[in-house]
Amino acid sequence: MFIRVNVENCVGCQACLDSCPYDAIMMQGDVAVILETCQLCRACLSACPEGAIQEVEEAGDLKPDTPDDAGAGVMVYAEQRHGQLAGVATELLGAGRRLVEQIRERRGDTTLLSAVLIGGDPLLAEELGLYGADRVYHASGPLLEAFHDEAYSDVLASAIREAQPEVVLAGATAIGRSFLPRVAARLGTGLTADCTSLEMDENGKNLLQVRPAWGGNIMASILTPHRRPQMATVRPRVMKALAPEDGRKAEVVSLDGTSCTARARVVDFVKEVSMKVNIAEADVIVAGGRGVGKDGFAMLTELAELLNGTVGASRAAVDEGWIPYGHQVGQTGKTVCPKLYIACGISGAVQHLVGMQSSDTIVAINKNPDAPIFNVATYGIVGDVKEVLPMFIRKLKEARA
Amino acid sequence: MKVAVCIKQVPDTSEVKLDKTTNTLIRDGIPSIINPYDLHALEAALFMRDQTGGSVTVLTMGPPQAEDALREAVALGADEAILLTDRAFAGSDTLATSKTLAAAIRTLKADLVVCGKQAIDGDTAQVGPEVAEFLGIPHVAYVRKIESVSPEMIRVQRLMDDGYDVVEAGAPVLLTVVKELNTPRMPSLKGKMKAKKMEIRRMTAADLGVPTGELGLQGSPTQVNRVFTPEVRAERQSLSGTLEEQLDTLVGELKKTNCFC
Repeated sequence: MFIRVNVENCVGCQACLDSCPYDAIMMQGDVAVILETCQLCRACLSACPEGAIQEVEEAGDLKPDTPDDAGAGVMVYAEQRHGQLAGVATELLGAGRRLVEQIRERRGDTTLLSAVLIGGDPLLAEELGLYGADRVYHASGPLLEAFHDEAYSDVLASAIREAQPEVVLAGATAIGRSFLPRVAARLGTGLTADCTSLEMDENGKNLLQVRPAWGGNIMASILTPHRRPQMATVRPRVMKALAPEDGRKAEVVSLDGTSCTARARVVDFVKEVSMKVNIAEADVIVAGGRGVGKDGFAMLTELAELLNGTVGASRAAVDEGWIPYGHQVGQTGKTVCPKLYIACGISGAVQHLVGMQSSDTIVAINKNPDAPIFNVATYGIVGDVKEVLPMFIRKLKEARA
Repeated sequence: MKVAVCIKQVPDTSEVKLDKTTNTLIRDGIPSIINPYDLHALEAALFMRDQTGGSVTVLTMGPPQAEDALREAVALGADEAILLTDRAFAGSDTLATSKTLAAAIRTLKADLVVCGKQAIDGDTAQVGPEVAEFLGIPHVAYVRKIESVSPEMIRVQRLMDDGYDVVEAGAPVLLTVVKELNTPRMPSLKGKMKAKKMEIRRMTAADLGVPTGELGLQGSPTQVNRVFTPEVRAERQSLSGTLEEQLDTLVGELKKTNCFC
């Protein structure tokens, strides 16, 4: 359900302001607006003398104002790291193509999907064309091979000034989450973090940016009605990449990559050796918690390798020192969304669940039948991981053979 | 070295429970705490002050009761505390929050600004880098280790998705930190005494010199269109029989999906 203020009935009496235990209602001009801190407690519904605050099953979106300067087109930051395109780059191109299509359908405008490639080989620009980019802005320079926030911000901001896109998307990766805020601040526009769904509104003008709030217990739909571009970061693996189209070519435009600055300098990079696959991008994650025990992680590794996956962990296992922090899934670790998540000996604290509950298929193995992990599991097996896993591994090997 | 630390008072989400019938959060009686990442930021600031001399100023933007969070930070060892509180700040999104914090930090002439990587209620991780941009200083996000620190140069490790980068920067610079960085200390008795008596400095919109149109709800480009509860996941599929039978069914089901081939 949704809570919304019907702006036509709101008389601006402010009765709802005092009724809200979370300070989640504010006046904007003479109508009330509900903020992201709303807990859906419904206290305001009865407080409103005009019945202007409503709880509705399926809300039509509020009509946002038309921005003064609309801009045109959708731009994607196509992340590369050590010369490799990040998976999220092609996923964002898939999402971008859909938005471009929605703009065309709803507004009749034909707009471009552009990608910005910072550093990396020019061949990557061609690859972006195959995955849906119409135009690729590419900058190279000595400061752009490693990730330098200021230099990357200079390049992306100049690409945005040049192309004037109405939407800018980037991956919610370590890189995207670090420098996109700088770009948004420089342009004085809004940025919505970690979106899980992006759609144009019915007029094809405003981007409806849906993101989890309160650790995923509530979703908020965010708009940037008055500023352009509308910027959002998107978690890896949420959007679907299109299949590469043979022979599809993007126009490549070179950007100046030599006049940017970086006062904080990368002097070295150390790869996490225990991490074969970055867990945020893995298709399969086998995760272990306290119930696995220190020695049990070898079994998880074997199972993960069998499934071409990688090993994740709950905070408890990381705190015990059984596995490095980079593997931690959950609120204080990484948010993951693999096709298959196998939770072994993880009870499922809220903080863990919010980091993995959007996985496509979840298998939970735990000896406590009341463990909360079973509430989000597609398949649950009640049993001791030390007994279940060896048999599971054997069955998988048999099925494979 | 003059170090500024930005903190946020948040509800203790580890205490938050879901109301099963309405699927909403029950927040009654949930205590407010300092955002856990910010405790690591404060610890890093105290560590660097102790290494190089100087002082630590802790700032927060929030309602008057956010003063409690500042007193707690003083008890932990902060030298000064500033509360940014004004009706005009209410409804701020990350851009307006960052502009407000940056305006206050500018008056401090800090060599180093430290923030937690994100707050556990919003999870955006945007305020740190945006503050740095508004201050016109570089930043390093996701700092997991401070290799060395001197008034001229700081050398840190920043967590990346595939490992870590070693980054060097001169002052002034802003860092956002992850919990792996350190273990926050406990408050000392002396600190608690000091916190009790300390006068917390307050700053309002008028003190910051930022036009009110750029603050609070008015200065926030993003707006909440609506909030809703997420769709409930597909029903759990039952596995029955002996463990061996359950695993046979599971392996069969997994084969149907593209999870392994």
